Amino acid sequence: MAEHSSPIIQLTDVGKSYGNFTALKDVNLAVRQGEVTCILGDNGAGKSTLISIIAGLHTHDQGIYAVDGKAMHFTSPREALDLGISAVYQTLAMVPLLSIWRNFFLGSELMRGAWPFRRLDVGTMLDTTDVELKRMGINVTDLEQPVGTLSGGQRQVVAIARAVHFGARVLILDEPTAALGVSQSGIVLRYIAHAAREQGIGVIFITHNPHHAYMVGDHFMVLARGEVELDAPRSELSLDNLMFHMAGGAGLNALQHELLRGEQAAAATGKVGVD
Amino acid sequence: MSSVTGTAAPSVARREVAHQALWKKVIKRPEVGALGGVVLVFVFFTVLAPPFRHLSAFTTILYESATLGIPAVAVSFLMIGGEFDLSAGVAVTTSSLTAAIFATRVMGNVWLGVLVALGMSLAIGALNGYLLVKTKLHSFLVTLSTFLMLQGLNIAITKLVTGSVATDDISDMTGFNSAHAVFASSFTIAGATFSIAILYWIAFALIGTWVLLRTKVGNWIFAVGGQGDSARAVGIPVKRVKIGLFMLVGFSVWFMGMHMLFAYDTVQSGAGIGNELLYIASAVVGGCLLTGGYGSAAGSALGAFIFGMTTEGVIYADWDPDWFMFFVGAMLLLATVFNGWLRTRASSR
Repeated sequence: MAEHSSPIIQLTDVGKSYGNFTALKDVNLAVRQGEVTCILGDNGAGKSTLISIIAGLHTHDQGIYAVDGKAMHFTSPREALDLGISAVYQTLAMVPLLSIWRNFFLGSELMRGAWPFRRLDVGTMLDTTDVELKRMGINVTDLEQPVGTLSGGQRQVVAIARAVHFGARVLILDEPTAALGVSQSGIVLRYIAHAAREQGIGVIFITHNPHHAYMVGDHFMVLARGEVELDAPRSELSLDNLMFHMAGGAGLNALQHELLRGEQAAAATGKVGVD
Repeated sequence: MSSVTGTAAPSVARREVAHQALWKKVIKRPEVGALGGVVLVFVFFTVLAPPFRHLSAFTTILYESATLGIPAVAVSFLMIGGEFDLSAGVAVTTSSLTAAIFATRVMGNVWLGVLVALGMSLAIGALNGYLLVKTKLHSFLVTLSTFLMLQGLNIAITKLVTGSVATDDISDMTGFNSAHAVFASSFTIAGATFSIAILYWIAFALIGTWVLLRTKVGNWIFAVGGQGDSARAVGIPVKRVKIGLFMLVGFSVWFMGMHMLFAYDTVQSGAGIGNELLYIASAVVGGCLLTGGYGSAAGSALGAFIFGMTTEGVIYADWDPDWFMFFVGAMLLLATVFNGWLRTRASSR
């Protein structure tokens, strides 16, 4: 279905410079409903700049950024959020000591009653949190437990569920698996796939782990020094190929060659044994 | 333990929160340690100090607790919001002095003095908050500075205006009787005299608890103190919340200052120093974390009750009153360790 729907987000030759420094150049990207777009790259490759532009934190200065076919120049994340473009950052915007349901509705609390007795609608918020978490496939026994007691993966999923509940059509996930162990990463990857396939959300998954990307991705983009190094759908790409590009592509070959020669030289003098 | 399953459940089962045992919910509350402390201290002095058992003595204890507890509830709000206020102790005196001096020297009416003092106390609170968000210094430093400045100003200005270290008696002024009735009157139940401050103390604790747990602002206070960056990211006006919290402390010290003024008719300009630490100690015994994001208004009021019982208990037990501070320190240490232990137990389930 994804191939036929028109893109929610379409970037055409988008670029961004800070003074003389070009942080991002000629990026073309389409995010469709139900599709996971993986953006990979080394530190400083331009991933952060790209998602900042998409999320409305920064404004692009070249090219066209269109949402639903309309060119946009966001000046605040709020504007992007109002169009359903929601970013979940590594810090997750969660308060560890607050309970799950309070975190879920933090900043968007449901209220009832008339002033001065206007108060939190605790019952509805508890029920809604429960429904939304179950819809994402998470089963938490006690919604009153502090978010800090959840595992890293569960916390990430709560953050994703929250973004989905508050109307996200496009989810930008900034390195959601970076700080997680193997099993916790698995939990998060499962929900990334779930959010896209079952809920029809367009996911932009930023990572520097090609294994994680290849497990859930429909489309891959590798950035290097602010430029697109690779842009390919899953059908045209193998994991090895992705890893090759991710690891630095042609540059890596040169490095490998160089290191190998160094080792051979050392082996020749008999100082270092090469296996 | 919570679990995560791979399949999404389309049909939604009723949430299972209600099934939890009541005692488990109770020990998760931050004020439970203070509640235990109240019982322990009460039993301790009831056994050791015979006069402690009389109702008339108990009203004195409640009164003592109220004078600590009213500012302590506001201080617990501030601490949950992640900040300190070391100026709260002397700010009570600043408020009384402002009201007394304006009433006697400028306005000629007690109520106008009361209003000017309110403005002054809120302004000091706002200044503390403004300096905090502008300089980004730790509130310990900011309010230590205002504490020292107020301490100096209290005495210097009083001397300048009245020529002595105390203000003139205000009990013969216009409006004194009505103001006295509002801030410092007392009533009798079963032959024992209760100060109205006790009612205000309980009201502060109850309203405070409701605001913290059941309003949007309360939710925001926990978030601002627990993780300021996250609070900002979800759109909570962090700076406004912090300034507001300092102004709330300003309001509570004004209230306390007015009580002191109308209870004693005159103000000693050097009074109040050291009380700020008792407010903080009450809040911490009541479950507040020094790092913010966790605590309780009712717990803070209970913490004040513990210290109120100790002050009077030491006297009723015929000990040297100097022992009071030793007890405050010992209880603070015990309560902090116990609260910490309880919190890890409760959150690990």
